[in-house]
Amino acid sequence: MATHAPPAAPEVPAPGAEGGARPGSGGSGPGGGDAPAASGGAPGEAGAGPEAAPLPATVAITGISGNLGKKLAKLLHGEAHVVGIDRRPFRERPKDVEHHQVDIRKNRVEEIFRRRKVEALAHLGIVHDPRVGASEAHSFNVAGTQKLLDIAVRHGVGKVVLLSSANVYGPAPGNPNFLTEDTPLLGAARFPGVRDLIEVDMLVQGFMWKHPGIETVILRPVNIVGPTVRNAPSNYLRLEHPVTVLGFDPVVQLVHEEDVCRALALALRPGVRGVYNVTGPGEVPLSAVMRELGRDPIPLPHFLVRPVVRRLFEARLSSFPPGEVDYIQYLCGVDGSRFVRDTGWAPQRSMRETIRSVLRSR
Amino acid sequence: MAGLGDEIRERLKRWTLDLGGPGTRERLEQLTPPRNEYGVDPYGFDIDYLQAAAAPVLWLYRRYFRVQAFGLENVPDEGRALLVGNHSGQLPFDAAMVEMACLIDKDPPRAVRALVDKWVPTLPFVSTLFARCGQVVGTPENCRRLLAADEALLVFPEGTRGLNKPFSERYTLKDFGLGFLRLALESGAPIVPFGVVGAEEQAPGILDLKPIARLLAFPHFPITPTVLPFPLPVRYRLWFGKPLRLEGSPDDEDAVLEEKVARVKAAVAAEIARGLERREHVFW
Repeated sequence: MATHAPPAAPEVPAPGAEGGARPGSGGSGPGGGDAPAASGGAPGEAGAGPEAAPLPATVAITGISGNLGKKLAKLLHGEAHVVGIDRRPFRERPKDVEHHQVDIRKNRVEEIFRRRKVEALAHLGIVHDPRVGASEAHSFNVAGTQKLLDIAVRHGVGKVVLLSSANVYGPAPGNPNFLTEDTPLLGAARFPGVRDLIEVDMLVQGFMWKHPGIETVILRPVNIVGPTVRNAPSNYLRLEHPVTVLGFDPVVQLVHEEDVCRALALALRPGVRGVYNVTGPGEVPLSAVMRELGRDPIPLPHFLVRPVVRRLFEARLSSFPPGEVDYIQYLCGVDGSRFVRDTGWAPQRSMRETIRSVLRSR
Repeated sequence: MAGLGDEIRERLKRWTLDLGGPGTRERLEQLTPPRNEYGVDPYGFDIDYLQAAAAPVLWLYRRYFRVQAFGLENVPDEGRALLVGNHSGQLPFDAAMVEMACLIDKDPPRAVRALVDKWVPTLPFVSTLFARCGQVVGTPENCRRLLAADEALLVFPEGTRGLNKPFSERYTLKDFGLGFLRLALESGAPIVPFGVVGAEEQAPGILDLKPIARLLAFPHFPITPTVLPFPLPVRYRLWFGKPLRLEGSPDDEDAVLEEKVARVKAAVAAEIARGLERREHVFW
């Protein structure tokens, strides 16, 4: 059977009707949630759709040595000149990809932009690892992003794409099933681990307002999984006996790493701008994912699971911070219909392929 | 509840069909909600799971509360709709009974989605059970989306205020909020008023212990002579009224909206009054 239509995501409310009835979305505050509404309308002009438009000639990718960065570089390098920026070396680098092993906060980065005439920036270089020191990660993420944005303005970069995450909204028991891009970013309320990402996301939202001449895109994909990614959701699904919360079985959304790379490539093309959730092939209960993978979960009662996960994390026996328990207990689903409408986006991997992709390790 | 093994599930489904009576299988086969290769719709509703999970509820419906449903033809067979009625009985058996009526006694059947409180997703097992049976948290975003997808929603505008009111206030209606009306006006969905008669007597509320409720993060903590969660074997009567099609803008002044809410409330009260009048006995 074919997968069902994407979440019943109809042209719901008449714009006027919306403001009155729901708190916290419309005039939620200065700068923050409103950006997408204002900028989302623009890409209509693209006509044939952004897929037809050629990529910018030179694309800089931060965090290129990460598993996703490598994938993106390999997807783009035939069509554009790719310039990598990462403090890590880039192993198995394609011959025509240029790599600069440098910290994004260093002045040398500006030199690269100047010399290479970078036209587009894909910013993937955000540290998520909960074990990197918090203040170092914070400086790298926030100061580094600010620095890149300043450089982009000074050197005529026409396109900035940030890889954010749907986790910025945060799981909560009262969440609607499908969060839209206007939802306030409350993810850090219970899980400080996403604070940097939220700050970077907000920084780029502000940038979008201040520099209307630069096409800025923020992508917030759902949980990225795949054979090479090593993020929390993929690592969790690779466990033989993952801890679950007894009696809770939230519907989750996953997207394949290759589909995320395709979404990034789409966002890099001219004509796309705005804040977009990126969803994969659909929604599925966590228990069904476990069954598909043949896992044997260990359900713990909700009052025990957080203390246990905290102990394990503190003893360095697991890499899952206790705040992440919310993600396997409550909903954090998003509505990806805006990206579909504006760009014609469709994930290529089926639900089954996406789930099973964590099994094939490199 | 992944532990609901296949065999138990099959047995429960058979029980549902037995209790439903002849023709139940054919009727239920007419229900074809969207579902992916894992059997769920985007909200996690699993029609197969519902057929199994319905069995004990259907037993309550047929054997324990011996529910009589009148006017089910007023529930539209398809298209968006809001079912609006009175809430009572300390525990929301009334919602389950209305859903069973639409699922088992209505022809063609309809899987009505109940809107649940934000408290429900914090409850182990209950949260999963409710989600697989098609119920969603009643946020305005969820409601808009479901109505736009032509689903039928079950709404109790009184919320837990009505559910946990003391016995002395039985069959009176607490304040109706404006939210459901705005949704109806915005989406053009008809409102089907209904009255539930019987639930008030299933667990008469004597006291509401607020401090304990706060301590446990429950909305209320009612004290009843029955041992909750076990209700008394009252007989339920459900009365569905003619659909109301209201017109106007959802952005009208509250006073204008309240007038319309009063019409809906009066329609619900009329169904309750009719039910009470025709009722010969609380228990049979």
